[in-house]
Amino acid sequence: MDVLARYEPLVDDFEAFRAACERPLPSVVRVNTLRTTVERARRAMTADGIDVESVGWHPHLLKLDDQPGANWPYVHGWIHGQEEVSALPARVLDPAPGERVWDACAAPGSKTTQLAALMDDRGLVVATDDNLGRLSALRSNTERLGVTNVAVTNEDARVHSLQPFDEEPYDRALVDVPCSCEGTVRKNPDTLAEWTIEHVRGIAGAQKGILRRGVQATRPGGTVVYSTCTFAPEENEGVLDHVLAEESCRLVEVDLPLESSPGVTEWEGEEYDPSVVRARRIYPHQNDTGGFFCAKLEVTG
Amino acid sequence: MDEDGGGDGAADSGDAPTNDGQRFDRLPATADERTVPERPTREEVLAWWDERFGIEPAVFAEHTFWERGSGKIWAFRGELTTPVEIEALGMTCLRTRQEHWKPTMSAIQRFGEHATRNVVHLAREQAATFLAGEDQDLDWDGDWGYLVVTHDLAGGSEPLGVGLYVYGELRSQVPKGRRRDLR
Ligand SMILES: C[S@@+](CC[C@H](N)C(=O)[O-])C[C@H]1O[C@@H](n2cnc3c(N)ncnc32)[C@H](O)[C@@H]1O
Repeated sequence: MDVLARYEPLVDDFEAFRAACERPLPSVVRVNTLRTTVERARRAMTADGIDVESVGWHPHLLKLDDQPGANWPYVHGWIHGQEEVSALPARVLDPAPGERVWDACAAPGSKTTQLAALMDDRGLVVATDDNLGRLSALRSNTERLGVTNVAVTNEDARVHSLQPFDEEPYDRALVDVPCSCEGTVRKNPDTLAEWTIEHVRGIAGAQKGILRRGVQATRPGGTVVYSTCTFAPEENEGVLDHVLAEESCRLVEVDLPLESSPGVTEWEGEEYDPSVVRARRIYPHQNDTGGFFCAKLEVTG
Repeated sequence: MDEDGGGDGAADSGDAPTNDGQRFDRLPATADERTVPERPTREEVLAWWDERFGIEPAVFAEHTFWERGSGKIWAFRGELTTPVEIEALGMTCLRTRQEHWKPTMSAIQRFGEHATRNVVHLAREQAATFLAGEDQDLDWDGDWGYLVVTHDLAGGSEPLGVGLYVYGELRSQVPKGRRRDLR
């Protein structure tokens, strides 16, 4: 089926949207500021014969004309391959050094290691994933990038236990859930071939459970960021609508450095809580990136 | 997992408290506080880094040390109530099971910049051979044993990994998952 056609009613310039989804994405790396400066990373890559270009909105991101894994700065943990939009949610969460942060669906750790860098490797990042194989990729990344403030748990995030962490709630949580991944079509064109509405509905159930646990495990006044790489409202605004009704939290405005569109309040006959307009949708044609969805919640209860 | 990451479940027999491959136990500060025989103390770990590489205890002031599985020491920048039953806690740091304690590549990349002795600096070509996991002849008139291997990157000397120097040869200790051929 033509999955993208579903979104014609939501997207302003649908032809540009479809055309962007068909273009491949450039490789992007994030400089690991725990290890080096952007300037030295650039210098090392140039010396390795790699052309690098800055990314305007994020000083630590560099676009490469090469694969990010086979060069000296990679070996030293100076850089980490990470798509541009994937660097957004950690910035929106904006953790400070010394805080307690939960990364609920963490593997393979691109955002975990970015959170640790934003915190200057101080405080605690608890990185959870239910997939042991993917956690081993996360472990390789934390080791290579020299992160030492991360604790890793292998469990279903819906029943995440605070017991190993002295039962104390978090200051912030990042809930970067598994999803139908439509927004990664520029990297994996097969994603859409495997798409089914049953999968979307099934995974939305898991997303609701994980986001609820994220809100419960965060202290009142704390922040929870919910993100996906899909356009499907069932997995985005639909999940927020459910959690707003079930848990003590509210949506707050997100100030993004990229062009984006507001969350949608209606979809296929469903009406969502009006505050979901505060969530942000990023379509591939708006900034020539992958697709993304990001919302920021404040815990009130 | 690229090095020393998995618990191997090794447990000593007998009635004394033992090591558990599935859980992290904080190292006792000193020998007086030791309850598990053979478990190294924080004091010993700090002394080892200082003696072997000249890395001062102050470098680890904010880190706690933990053992999971016998002799696998991890460094975590924070405090938790011991024991902790989770997948990973901070970074793998040191293996103390064998006669000669062995630092991990990650710990050397992270803390090796503070080393003042038993550091060998390689030229680019030698560094590439080392990173590929190969052994090479080396002129070195210092101690035998584990060395911090450095090379130049972007205008500075950077710690790359651990080498074992014996019989005129530098043996690469780069774990399989981190080897690359950049030659
Ligand atoms: C979008 S990916 C996370 C990407 C990661 N945040 C990063 O930046 O590298 C979603 C992850 O959720 C994990 N996952 C799926 N269901 C889960 C559950 N119920 N509890 C915890 N993790 C889950 C998957 O194994 C997958 O690694």
